[in-house]
Formats: sequence, C-alpha cells, structure tokens
Amino acid sequence: MNDTRPMIEVRGARKFFGPLEVLKGIDFSVARGQIVAVIGPSGSGKSTLLRSINHLETLDGGEVWLDGVQVNQKLDRRSFERHINGVRQQMGMVFQHFNLFPHLNVAENITIAPIKLKGMAKAEARALALKMLDKVGLADKIDAFPARLSGGQKQRVAIARALAMQPKVMLFDEATSALDPELVDEVNLVMKQLASEHMTMVIVTHEMRFAAEVADRVIFMADGAVVEEGSPAEFFRNPKQERTRSFLKKFLNG
Amino acid sequence: MQGLDFSIVPEYWPLIGKGLWWTVVISTASAVLSVLAGIGFALLVLYASPVVRYPVRLFMWLFMGTPLLLQLFLIYFGLVQIGIDIPAIWSGIIALSLHFAVYNADIFRAGIAALDKGQTEAARSLGFGAWRTRIYIVVPQAVRGTVPAVGNMMIALLKESSIVSMIGIAELVHSAQLVISETYRPFEFYLTAAALYYGLNLILEAVLRGIERKVELSR
Repeated sequence: MNDTRPMIEVRGARKFFGPLEVLKGIDFSVARGQIVAVIGPSGSGKSTLLRSINHLETLDGGEVWLDGVQVNQKLDRRSFERHINGVRQQMGMVFQHFNLFPHLNVAENITIAPIKLKGMAKAEARALALKMLDKVGLADKIDAFPARLSGGQKQRVAIARALAMQPKVMLFDEATSALDPELVDEVNLVMKQLASEHMTMVIVTHEMRFAAEVADRVIFMADGAVVEEGSPAEFFRNPKQERTRSFLKKFLNG
Repeated sequence: MQGLDFSIVPEYWPLIGKGLWWTVVISTASAVLSVLAGIGFALLVLYASPVVRYPVRLFMWLFMGTPLLLQLFLIYFGLVQIGIDIPAIWSGIIALSLHFAVYNADIFRAGIAALDKGQTEAARSLGFGAWRTRIYIVVPQAVRGTVPAVGNMMIALLKESSIVSMIGIAELVHSAQLVISETYRPFEFYLTAAALYYGLNLILEAVLRGIERKVELSR
C-alpha cells in the first residue's frame, strides 16, 4: 500500500449539461484520511463534481482516480459495468434526500448490499448492521421501516448503510440540507465521529460552520471552477479572492 | 308462469360447485401469471434492447386492440391449424393471462416511471448493477405502488374468466347453463352463479385490502 498516493484524484474534470459547461476543468485530490469540504453557491457544480467521483455523472473530459485505479476508464459496456460496480462498492455515498429503500426495514436497508454483492451470510450481515447502527446511535431502530423514522434518523441509517460496505471513502452530497434545523446536529455529530476515525471524506455542504470545524481543506467553487482552496483557518479568516469574500459575506450576514 | 324456487339448487350443487372450483383455479392461475408476465413485459419494454423491445411493444399493442374472446379463439382454435394443440384449460389460462398481463404491464411501467430517481442512484452507488437494481429495488417498490390498480384488474379478470365457457370449459357460468338446460330454471341458477361470483369478489377484495395494508407501511 502506498500511503502517499492520493485516495481520490480528479484531473481536468469537464462536464456539459447541453450547451452549459458545469465543470470547467477541475483538478483536486484528497489524501488518505483527509476531509475536504466543497462549498459554493448553488449551480456552482459542486454536487456534479461529487457525483462524478463515483460516476453517477459521466464526465465529458478528464479523469477520476480512486486509490490508484481510474474510475472512468474507457472499457466496453459490459466490462465497464463490472468495473464501476466494483469501484462503487469502495465508495459510500450519502444523499441530500437520504434515498433509503422504503420497502425494506432498517436492517435490510443496511444488509442488502453486503448480502447481495459480497455474498455475506444473513446472520453475519445483521451483526454488521447492528454494529453500524450502534455507531450512528440507532441500534434500537434495527427493525423499523424508514417511514417511521425522522429525517435525521433516516440520514443516520443512510450513513450506516454506506459504511456497511466498508468503503475507502465517503461522499456526502448536502447531507443535512433537507433536514429541519433541529435535526442537523445529530447527523453532523455522526460525520464528526467518522472524521475522528480518519475516514477519507468529501463533503459538499452549505454549512460554513460545520465545514470550518470538520474539514482539513476547504474548496470554494463557483461557475464550474475552483475559485479558491485552503485550510479552513486561512480560507474563512483570510479569503484571497474577491468572489470568495462576497460569498462568505453573504453567508455570514444571511 | 313459474315462481322462483331455490330449493332445487342444493340438488345440483355438485355440478355448480365444480364450476365454482374451475373458476377459482383458472382465475387464480391467470392472475398470478398475468402479474408475473406483466412485470416481465414492463421490464422488457423499458430496458431491453430494441430488437426485443419493439416486438414486445407490438405484441402488447395488438393484445390491447383486440377482444379477449377473439384472443381465446385464436389460441384454442387457431393455433391447432399450425400444429400447436393447447388443451382448453390451458388455452383459457393463457388467453386470460396474456390479456391482463398487457394491462398490468402498462400499470407497472407507469409505476416504475413514477419511482424517485434517487432510489436507483442509491442502489447504484452501493455497487448494484443495472439489472440487480431493477430486481431488488425498483420492481418491489413499483409493484407496491400499483397494488390498487392491479387489484382492480384482478377483479375484472375474475369476472372475465367466464369467457372460457365459450371453449367448453365448465366453469361457473357454463355449469349453470348445463344445469339450466336440464331443469329449465334459468333465473334460480344464474342468480346462484351471480351470488357465487359476488362472494368470490368479496373474498378477493378482502385479500387485496390485506395486501394494501401490508405494503402501506413499507412504501
């Protein structure tokens, strides 16, 4: 294992939605165990960038690498399907709207991927689910259906579901944006705990305070490009770009 | 003029009961097959390659545009001519299954289309391939959402199953007719058959309500 190799590397990422260029050649990398927060106004391309890391969005140009393996390889359709399914098993993703499977209870939501994709035995998978639920503080909800959970609980289950695949990285796409304000903290707490366990994380977020607290590095995007990046301390206290300053000012006043 | 006299009915119960039994057997088999085939058609129409998709669509279009009775005759009387001899019972089940599968497929297709894209993305992000995502995540949810609509189809199927009497199967209506030809008591026995259909419908509705309640929580 090569510890100096970046866990995630994005080179020259370009993406068009029709005539609109939403990613204009983005380069960034995330070291093993590093936590990167991506912030920026809506429409800046930050979610598209995150989603292109696990190929939910297909890039029109550039490369994405996960731990030394190119994610968006050129392969024939069948081989690529096999390749990408393997790669995605190594990346957990948490969505803004949770996307729990409503027809499955909490245990099944967490165990379906280990059972069906890794061939894990049911009993072992349930024990794993219990362990993951313990981590997010919801062991008592193991047999509940998603419809019976609050938004914060749903998102914590979604995190447990992603963690059950033992991913190398976790991708968070505005994980708290759809939550009532009083439910944000419980999810943030789980994310902070993951951070303390040195999980490699890319966090797209609107929450400046949380980004400042948890991230090792902050990337500010606007109009499909990286405007500025740095440690939270220098980024928030001493932004160099005018665009960053006006964005932060609006946020702090609003 | 004869008055109504239902006291004659029990005497012919063995024959009527047999008809009822065949109605239940044919309807149940056709219902199960029409749901399974409906899911299959919906998946093929949505996801299969054009070589498969367009023939399936043509087939569905033809089945929607022709009467069930004609389809039944084609399968039972028509296919024999080209050497495919299907027994009456199976001809009836196949005709009913395909006829309702086409409607069910349309309902399932709409149900699948209405499903939140986030469900597919969540499954794909865990590493599920396209077909596994459909089988484990998309279809079970789409099916749950379509229980009321498909249930109505199944109630229609139960009643339409009487059409197999046209190829000589002694289901409920045909049995009633046989008894009537012997007793000249059409009113009593048609009413008896009607009451039995109504009873079957009540049972079917209770089953459907049970299924709906069961899936309500898991949606």
